[in-house]
Amino acid sequence: MKISYFPGCTLKTTAKNFEDSALTSLKILGVDLVELPRWNCCGTVYSLATDDLMHHLAPVRDLIRVKEEGQGKVVTLCSMCYNTLKQANDLVKADPEKLEKINQFMYREEVKYDGSVEVIHLIEVLRDEVGWEALKKKVAKPLEGLRLAPYYGCLLVRPTQVALDDPEQPHLFEKLLEALGAEIVDYPYKTECCGSYHTITNVALVTERTHTILTSASRHGAEAVAVSCPLCDFNLDSRQKEVEEKFSGFEKIPVFYFSQLLSLALGLGVEACRFDLNFVDPYALLQAKSLISGEKS
Amino acid sequence: MKRIGVFVCHCGLNIAGVVDVEKLTEEMKTYPGVCYATNYIYMCSDPGQDMLKKVIKDENLEGVIIAACSPTMHELTFRNTVARAGLNPYLCEMANIREQCSWVHKDGEVATQKAALSIRTMVEKLKLNHPLSPLTLPLTKKALVIGGGIAGIQAALDIADSGHEVVLLERNQSIGGHMAQLSETFPTLDCPQCIETPKMVQASQHPKVKILAYSELEDVSGYVGNFKVRIKRKASFVDPDKCTGCGLCIEKCPVKVSSEFHALLGPRKAIYTLFPQAVPNKPVIDKESCLYLTKGRCGACAKACSVEAIDFDQKESFVEENIGAIIIATGYDLMDRAKIGEYGYGQYEDVIDGLQIERLLAPTGPTEGEVRRPSDGKVPREVVFVQCAGSRDPEHHYPYCSKVCCMYTIKQAMLYKHAVPDGEAYVFYMDARCNGKGYEEFLQRGIEEDGVLYLRGRVSRIFKDGDGLKIWGADTLTGRKIEISADMVVLATAMVPSEGAKELAAKLRLATDEYGFFSEAHPKLRPVESLTAGYFLAGAAQAPKDIPEAVAQASGAASKVVALFSKDHLYHEPIVSSVDEEICRGCGQCVDICAYEAIELDPRTKIARVNEVICEGCGACLVACPSGAMQQRNFTKRQILEMVEAATGT
Repeated sequence: MKISYFPGCTLKTTAKNFEDSALTSLKILGVDLVELPRWNCCGTVYSLATDDLMHHLAPVRDLIRVKEEGQGKVVTLCSMCYNTLKQANDLVKADPEKLEKINQFMYREEVKYDGSVEVIHLIEVLRDEVGWEALKKKVAKPLEGLRLAPYYGCLLVRPTQVALDDPEQPHLFEKLLEALGAEIVDYPYKTECCGSYHTITNVALVTERTHTILTSASRHGAEAVAVSCPLCDFNLDSRQKEVEEKFSGFEKIPVFYFSQLLSLALGLGVEACRFDLNFVDPYALLQAKSLISGEKS
Repeated sequence: MKRIGVFVCHCGLNIAGVVDVEKLTEEMKTYPGVCYATNYIYMCSDPGQDMLKKVIKDENLEGVIIAACSPTMHELTFRNTVARAGLNPYLCEMANIREQCSWVHKDGEVATQKAALSIRTMVEKLKLNHPLSPLTLPLTKKALVIGGGIAGIQAALDIADSGHEVVLLERNQSIGGHMAQLSETFPTLDCPQCIETPKMVQASQHPKVKILAYSELEDVSGYVGNFKVRIKRKASFVDPDKCTGCGLCIEKCPVKVSSEFHALLGPRKAIYTLFPQAVPNKPVIDKESCLYLTKGRCGACAKACSVEAIDFDQKESFVEENIGAIIIATGYDLMDRAKIGEYGYGQYEDVIDGLQIERLLAPTGPTEGEVRRPSDGKVPREVVFVQCAGSRDPEHHYPYCSKVCCMYTIKQAMLYKHAVPDGEAYVFYMDARCNGKGYEEFLQRGIEEDGVLYLRGRVSRIFKDGDGLKIWGADTLTGRKIEISADMVVLATAMVPSEGAKELAAKLRLATDEYGFFSEAHPKLRPVESLTAGYFLAGAAQAPKDIPEAVAQASGAASKVVALFSKDHLYHEPIVSSVDEEICRGCGQCVDICAYEAIELDPRTKIARVNEVICEGCGACLVACPSGAMQQRNFTKRQILEMVEAATGT
């Protein structure tokens, strides 16, 4: 099965471990993600933070690219891209006047946008196209004994209109990780804010958030955290350096993209998982759980 | 041509302030057919009506136009007056020159012209009016009450006490409703065993009340005074005539499942009664969990029964009743708690709802009145109560206030403190709405004497922490975030219409509000009647309400039924449609369009036939009829065309 794929900037830079592990895993599962040619910025926080139409041009232009490919569906890996593309799409779908106005800016495009593209996230592909049961059957190396804390962040479940699951008590992530054979840890911070872009201007704030979230996860028994958003990953993984400096006694905890765990469970080998790009070293944990052998790629 | 009189009302300055009533009157005097015209400051006042009567007699009038307010206000007034003067009331018409003229126009001259047109239009209609008399209908003086909770029981008893027969329909095997599940009731702390069971027994012993328990409404046809209802008696697999209610079968039954009566906190058997004082107190077999009925083995109950009352071959049966009036008393349920994800209901055993803690507090409950939490049976030392769980939350759940939660929460917290004196009870609230007699005093007593702690704010998340729970909330009075560790959380979840209410409303073609509560005819002035004649409302089926309110409304609905039954016949407005049999070609379009199912095709002649007492005179069939055979009395096609011509001046 072929689906158009919108990567977005982070997947090509700091979240290469996310993209590589996801694309390799999907091949095994029979899903072929075809990267859009000439994609541009998804609009990021600008289209979410302002009401004007100008900031929605970028995401709508990306949706035009999908139409150009003759596709009706586009999948994203990054939670931010999912949220902005989907919200921009919903906006123009609900309001023909705004759609018309945006189309007036697209005079150089050959295809006019009509609101018909469906924006989905990779987890939805795994749920709806692959299915939890089928996924379970493909698992070669179940993540037995690995106690994981799923972390949703905000962009997959808020606002309600674009939520993949109940915004207050989502279970989608748990179902995925359970299918991979892991043990799920319930803790109260799974949908609480990671500090988001404050990481640029207010490191102290994000350090405090990261500390709170991770200590809660550990206290409830988690050995690692699973995320889907590159920004959450940055805050929860890379900022552990600052957390360690600020909070004595803090013990680092590995943070994985869910796709890395998917690759591991599918038995694709350590290279495919790209653990080398993680900030907190996960090898010791995975070795202790006999999920990888002594190797280090 | 008729001798028509026109009476123009000033309505103080409501009409006369805009319309030139003198000029209007003079103009009307010369209109063809009008032999008398006058005006008066308030036509609806006693002197106004006396004048009307006098003029009808003196001038020997054959028809009357009152040019005044909307006919919905005073048509009845003037028609009664006209009748007292000896004229047929249907020869009195109103021209609306207030709502449709003086109130919406500023320019006096234009308004006066429009008023003149309105009156001329009605004069043309009146010229072709026929004298009519109301239709009379037979009346069955027997009531059906749907739902045997406290509201239904009260309504049934009140009607029965007035000497009329009542059928009390209940889908469970016993009457009593949710009230029977409660521990004690606010604000006097008397238990339902003390105050409800006597009423249940009264109902069962009353010679005029027939209780049909374990039964559901299958179908209703007919109309006010003349309903025919078909009731399904579910198979209970126990012959109630043979059963002595000894309970041996229950003791011997090996199957244990969660009891609905105990809000799933305790067990019941596959053969069971709801509670010890059930009325009727005959067990039923739940065919979903009975071993004999599902797997064909066991039969322990049948072996134990000395009177051979167990009948595994029993089938559901149907009874029919002729009924004159129906009271809807189907009550409420609690909203699906799993919808409030952040409170973890269904995920954490110790997050329970308002009915569950009632069972934990009740001496007849699964813990015999000892407060023990569901997960491990530990006595909870700290309990958090969360009010407005799902209520007053328009963004996520229900915008309305469920009305009873403030009071039952303080009651439950108080009873918890009585049971566990060294325990701590916290209540998260938005407002404490204690607007009943003795309610505010009850709240203060809970706070001051029993030491229940009130925190104004909402709870954002509940999660498991060790073997207890943690609650995150806000205290909006101090502006601080709060975190409380507790052993148990009680959610005061929103009240919603009881399961099946929607289907019942569809079956009865009754209006409901957007949440499924049955709609009353008028929110202030007709709160116990439904919009459809013959249907009345009682209790929480209409809106969330507490016991005293439900009982008061039940008595109100009962008195409406008794008033209906006080006559020997019913009367129906004669302005209904009728068929010109010589023109009707039997196409049946009128049958399809009629919302009241008042028209049918005569199977022999293939000609439409109107059941006049069901017809509401809406006129839809007139529009649908392609041949013009359908006409409405005093609204004939010819009359309407004459009116159009008068209105357009052609």
